[in-house]
Amino acid sequence: MQSQVTIKMAVAEVRVTLKKGVADPEGKNTLKALELLGFEGVRDVRSVKVFEIETEGEAGETKRSVEEMCRKLLANPVIHNYSIRIK
Amino acid sequence: MKVSDARVCVLRIEGTNCEEESYLSFKRLGAKPEKVHLKQLTGTDVTSDEKRSLADYQVLVLPGGFSSGDYVRAGAIFAARIKSRLSRDLEEFVRAGKPVLGICNGFQILVETGLLPAMSGIMTEVPEAVLSTNDSARFECRPTLLKKVNRGSCAFTTKIPSNKISAIPSAHAEGKLTFPVDRSKKIVKELDDNDQLVFKYVNPEGELAGYPWCPNGSTENIAGICNREGNVFGLMPHPERVFFRYTHPDWTRNPDGAGDGRAVFESVLGYVSKKL
Repeated sequence: MQSQVTIKMAVAEVRVTLKKGVADPEGKNTLKALELLGFEGVRDVRSVKVFEIETEGEAGETKRSVEEMCRKLLANPVIHNYSIRIK
Repeated sequence: MKVSDARVCVLRIEGTNCEEESYLSFKRLGAKPEKVHLKQLTGTDVTSDEKRSLADYQVLVLPGGFSSGDYVRAGAIFAARIKSRLSRDLEEFVRAGKPVLGICNGFQILVETGLLPAMSGIMTEVPEAVLSTNDSARFECRPTLLKKVNRGSCAFTTKIPSNKISAIPSAHAEGKLTFPVDRSKKIVKELDDNDQLVFKYVNPEGELAGYPWCPNGSTENIAGICNREGNVFGLMPHPERVFFRYTHPDWTRNPDGAGDGRAVFESVLGYVSKKL
């Protein structure tokens, strides 16, 4: 018999996007490739990085610590914006 | 202090791959370099024999490579690991005027730790710049020409004459030195006023010529910068790869003598012998 232990867990989704005005060579190259493949009407492609972070603890707590993670590692404020969604 | 007593810490973690050439560049000039793993400085998972203290070294080198697979951003994980455990040691090291050199991935690490450009203070809490993806969105690997624009502050270029063009190879995908878009011009001017600009990518005539002479689209064609005191220096190209003339592309015509990168290591060892 296994005892049931409930651990509070939250999953945070972090989206790291490039700030307006920052060059996005990956996005631009992808756009060009899509055009070469014959897709019409593609106006722009922007590259975005997404991290899913599983944490123990309450949603509010998680949000705060994930904020800190973004500041300390996941985003560079010179070129990045980030948004956090707790799932 | 004598050059033969100068201890050089060539710091590596998983994914560093230019430590051997960097180590040899100092070894060949008579200094005492050592390849040190970050864990030896933090004292984690190592025996007591393997433990090292940053304070025992006179020069710190962050060599090129792809530390931690360049995950998150180039240099970001190495920087985070340094900051988590060695911030204070590193600040003391820099404050003592000891030189720190970051080549390629090492430059990316210095920028991510906030040790460069460091326009005020020693280390900023968050980065003030970034080495972002090359405009070409490709890995650019070829000889590049660098003009020395530093007016004398940088400890790593004192033996290179002003405006001299050095042929030093580049090999990177993220080398575009970028500042916050809205303040970029002002920051570059401040760097220039502080004599923090060191090398710019040029064409054979010595002019700023953009791509392909500048491989990455870097702001104002900047290839390397130093801190205000000139003892922390980072650059994208690899001086350790042209220590000897015979590793230059024209080696069949000019096989003998020093390569253009050698002066960087001679300069810093000259600084150590005079100042430390």
